[in-house]
Amino acid sequence: MRTLNTIILADYIEKLCREINYKLNKRVLSLIEESAQKESSSIGREVFSQMFTSYKIAEEEKTPLCQDTGMVSVFLDIGQEVLLEGIPIEEAINMGVRRAYTSSFFRSSIVRDPIAKRENTMDNTPSIIHTRFGKGEEVKIDILIKGFGSENATALKMFPPTATRKDIEEFLLEVVREKGPNACPPLFIGMGIGGTADYALKLAKEALLDLKPMDEWEAHLLERVNSLNIGPAGLGGDITAIYVKTRVFPTHIAGLPVAININCHILRIGSAVI
Amino acid sequence: MEYHLTLPLKEEERLKLKVGDKVFLTGEVYGMRDQAHKRIVELIEKGKPIPIELSDSCIFYVGPTEPKPGEKVGSIGPTTSSRMDPFTPILISNGVRVIIGKGRRNRDVIEAIKRYKAIYLVTPGGISAYLRRFVLEIKMIAFQDLGPEAIYSLKLKDFPAFVSIDTGGNSL
Repeated sequence: MRTLNTIILADYIEKLCREINYKLNKRVLSLIEESAQKESSSIGREVFSQMFTSYKIAEEEKTPLCQDTGMVSVFLDIGQEVLLEGIPIEEAINMGVRRAYTSSFFRSSIVRDPIAKRENTMDNTPSIIHTRFGKGEEVKIDILIKGFGSENATALKMFPPTATRKDIEEFLLEVVREKGPNACPPLFIGMGIGGTADYALKLAKEALLDLKPMDEWEAHLLERVNSLNIGPAGLGGDITAIYVKTRVFPTHIAGLPVAININCHILRIGSAVI
Repeated sequence: MEYHLTLPLKEEERLKLKVGDKVFLTGEVYGMRDQAHKRIVELIEKGKPIPIELSDSCIFYVGPTEPKPGEKVGSIGPTTSSRMDPFTPILISNGVRVIIGKGRRNRDVIEAIKRYKAIYLVTPGGISAYLRRFVLEIKMIAFQDLGPEAIYSLKLKDFPAFVSIDTGGNSL
């Protein structure tokens, strides 16, 4: 048994929020660079070049990659041999977000009441927190910061159990055709397949946290998305998406939930193990 | 084609711009987004005065980050234009002639653009660290209570954008 004071989560979250708002993860950057090589349209190449310039300035000048410094999602894998003490986990995480956003002059983008008053909380809290318990004595944090230009492009479809891969492909193309241009392409696309409706949406987000190599079907999906000619910034071109990743989970005999979560080119992910 | 343009744009300047052209904009624009649009349109519909002059104006859909101490502007970039679609035709009919945003517009907006010979420009999202270089100054000018969603005045200098819908209603 290992004892951990939850206040340490605040420190890690604060550091991660700062880092990933300024700097792209290495794997993300290298995937974008690989895609840029394949862009043949002149306007698309120009957009890629603006993107790389912007990433460089953000890192050097410590200015956010995007003015939409997003809503923070935190995925915690807690080893069950860890005894957590101190303030509640949620409080600790929100404390970290609050510290990062207020001290770094990131934009406060969260409103307390989504319907009536929409009053800004002014510290970018609360964040969305998912927890999972497993073996071991460690706590793993994955964090995803996402703006709503791309979050608004999320889609869920409850397919009948007899649906095929082809049907899922057509759904993906329909969603990207309709919503892709608004989501700041070139895109990173996460798909959650199976589980329940809510779980499929969570899987779609998790699919992009580790960016494992694409399998054959995912590469095929990417190719089809890139045939849509939406292109960087939606101005036409070969690269509408950089990556497509799926995550699957068992589901019910009567259904086949499919969730699509689209990210802009600045996929702001980070992780830490405590 | 590439054009260096100074705002406000005269009708003949707007007419020569075609889809896919690159422009570099200099001059003052309003920075405003969802809630400010809603309020302005409500005021117009009630026949009440509005806090900004719309005639020949340019709107940039934006909600910037706060500048760091000692700096004039924070990261700046476009937000999704389609959310402003329900409000845009009435703003165009009241004088807005240039719009900067990202993504597509609906048919009503395209029709209003054609009718009033307005122009819709896009600039990529997610390049806000780069775009801030072309913004000299930013000031909150109305609806202060909305915080990042207030109306701002931005001074642009050679701000890069692409023509996405031209005065003929042609779009990318």
